[in-house]
Amino acid sequence: MSRIRTPVVTGWFTGRGGGFRLLGTRCSACASVFFPREDAFCRNPGCPGGELEEVPLSKRGRVWSYTDSRYRPPPPYVSDPELVWRPCVLAAVELPAERLVVLGQTVPGVGVADLAVGMEVEAVPGVLNEDARTTWTTWHWRPVRDGTAAGTGAAP
Amino acid sequence: MTGDVAVLGTGMHPWGKWGRSFVEYGTVAARGALADAGLDWREVGSVVGADTVRGGYPGYVAGATFARALGWQGARVASVYAACASGAQAVDTARTQILAGLTDVALVVGADAAPKGFFRPAGGDRPDDPDWLRFRLLGATNPAYFGLYARRRMAVHGDTLEDFARVKVKNAAMGALNPDARYRRRVTAEEVAASAVVADPLRLLDICATSDGAAALVLSSMAFARRHGAADPVRIRAVSTVTPRYPRTVLDLPDIATDSAAAVRPADGTFRASIARAAYEEAGIGPEDLSLAEVYDLSTALELQWYEDLGLCGEGGAAGLLREGATALGGRLPVNVSGGLASFGEAVPAQAVAQVCELVRQLRGTAGDRQVAGARVGVTANQGLFGHGSSVVVVR
Repeated sequence: MSRIRTPVVTGWFTGRGGGFRLLGTRCSACASVFFPREDAFCRNPGCPGGELEEVPLSKRGRVWSYTDSRYRPPPPYVSDPELVWRPCVLAAVELPAERLVVLGQTVPGVGVADLAVGMEVEAVPGVLNEDARTTWTTWHWRPVRDGTAAGTGAAP
Repeated sequence: MTGDVAVLGTGMHPWGKWGRSFVEYGTVAARGALADAGLDWREVGSVVGADTVRGGYPGYVAGATFARALGWQGARVASVYAACASGAQAVDTARTQILAGLTDVALVVGADAAPKGFFRPAGGDRPDDPDWLRFRLLGATNPAYFGLYARRRMAVHGDTLEDFARVKVKNAAMGALNPDARYRRRVTAEEVAASAVVADPLRLLDICATSDGAAALVLSSMAFARRHGAADPVRIRAVSTVTPRYPRTVLDLPDIATDSAAAVRPADGTFRASIARAAYEEAGIGPEDLSLAEVYDLSTALELQWYEDLGLCGEGGAAGLLREGATALGGRLPVNVSGGLASFGEAVPAQAVAQVCELVRQLRGTAGDRQVAGARVGVTANQGLFGHGSSVVVVR
């Protein structure tokens, strides 16, 4: 029986392949952007309060910092205790248009030696874990290997 | 100054892994502080507990738990929680009650009995809790955030792994002189470099452990202190408990993202820098007035970050300050002469109280082999999850 692909958290990302994007919300009154999404209220203390509308975030950003987890994280992180732990890599990525930093795991196969602060990466669909019935999907950061694309960011 | 409260007593239960209840540790520390103050527990008008959230219901109502353990005597009670800043908030609650004239004498207690391994979120599926989400989605433990900050400093300021190791070597040397510290052995740079990587670039000896321990303070009004025969007590002059300003642009535990700075221009300086600034302003001092500082070295790299946030040096100057020996015992501004979290391991609700205990002992001139000569002004710095700043200025 095939597993059903289900986002591990609802409404934080959308799309497949090249159309994959993180989703945030934007306040109609002050234009503040929120990720993870705020749907109830704008958190800008100087804002009278507007409607919060869903917006896709920049697909690409630059690495603010990175690290890895050499030891198995505790629950609710899901990992198979029967398998040898393989360190997962985390990158904090600054999105140029939104001017915010989003943490995420990198795509499998990328180690800390492959990353550098300032490197361009892009958000791609990924799998967090699988159980009997479900493939839990998430976002991953993937280094942009195409040198010609590196200069096309939305802001300086 | 009218805003001062006197510190009449300090007490600690040594840090370690003792396998007993936080109530026992806290009661030992409280009795120690009362004995140091020369006061009977029944003279205390208010007891404030820093919550021990891993201690179940008695931990959520820590103030009442300690009051019961010491013997109900009718004092007013409060229990406060602010993650790692809980202890400083307990100090501030007691201080505020004293300054408001609600009580002459207050007892502050923080105690923890820490589990082994990584701190983890409370149980159950709670996808609306950022602390649960960061573990479920990312496996992002506390050391992972410490690793991010360390790597960022290396890239932006040129800090090296050797600099980080120097912090551990310095703090271990001072912790070796402190009978309340858990780790009382000197550590070499080679030992740091040989320890296992936990969260690149940080190694096991760069990251503080989690410990059992307890600390307590007896505070009073200046008038009560004089009546009690303490003519020139050490005083708490300021307690900063500020929150961040929107937009917060430095990724912070337990968040998965920062605020966006696209629509609102960020305030000058980081949240951490604003914590110290508020304490300095309230005390009417600046970093140039300090004799010593106790900062929250959850990791070696974070200690360096605090140097800059406290204004001990300019941005990026911390490693230079460390290398020249300025922050070692005997340097011009010793930092973490207690041994710091590097030598204690974090006992969450007790740690910010313990920082104040160390400053009081230093300012009294009773710190023994780790005494900072002529100490007159000290500051603590600490930051709790979810936006809790804390910094306490202690003067003589």
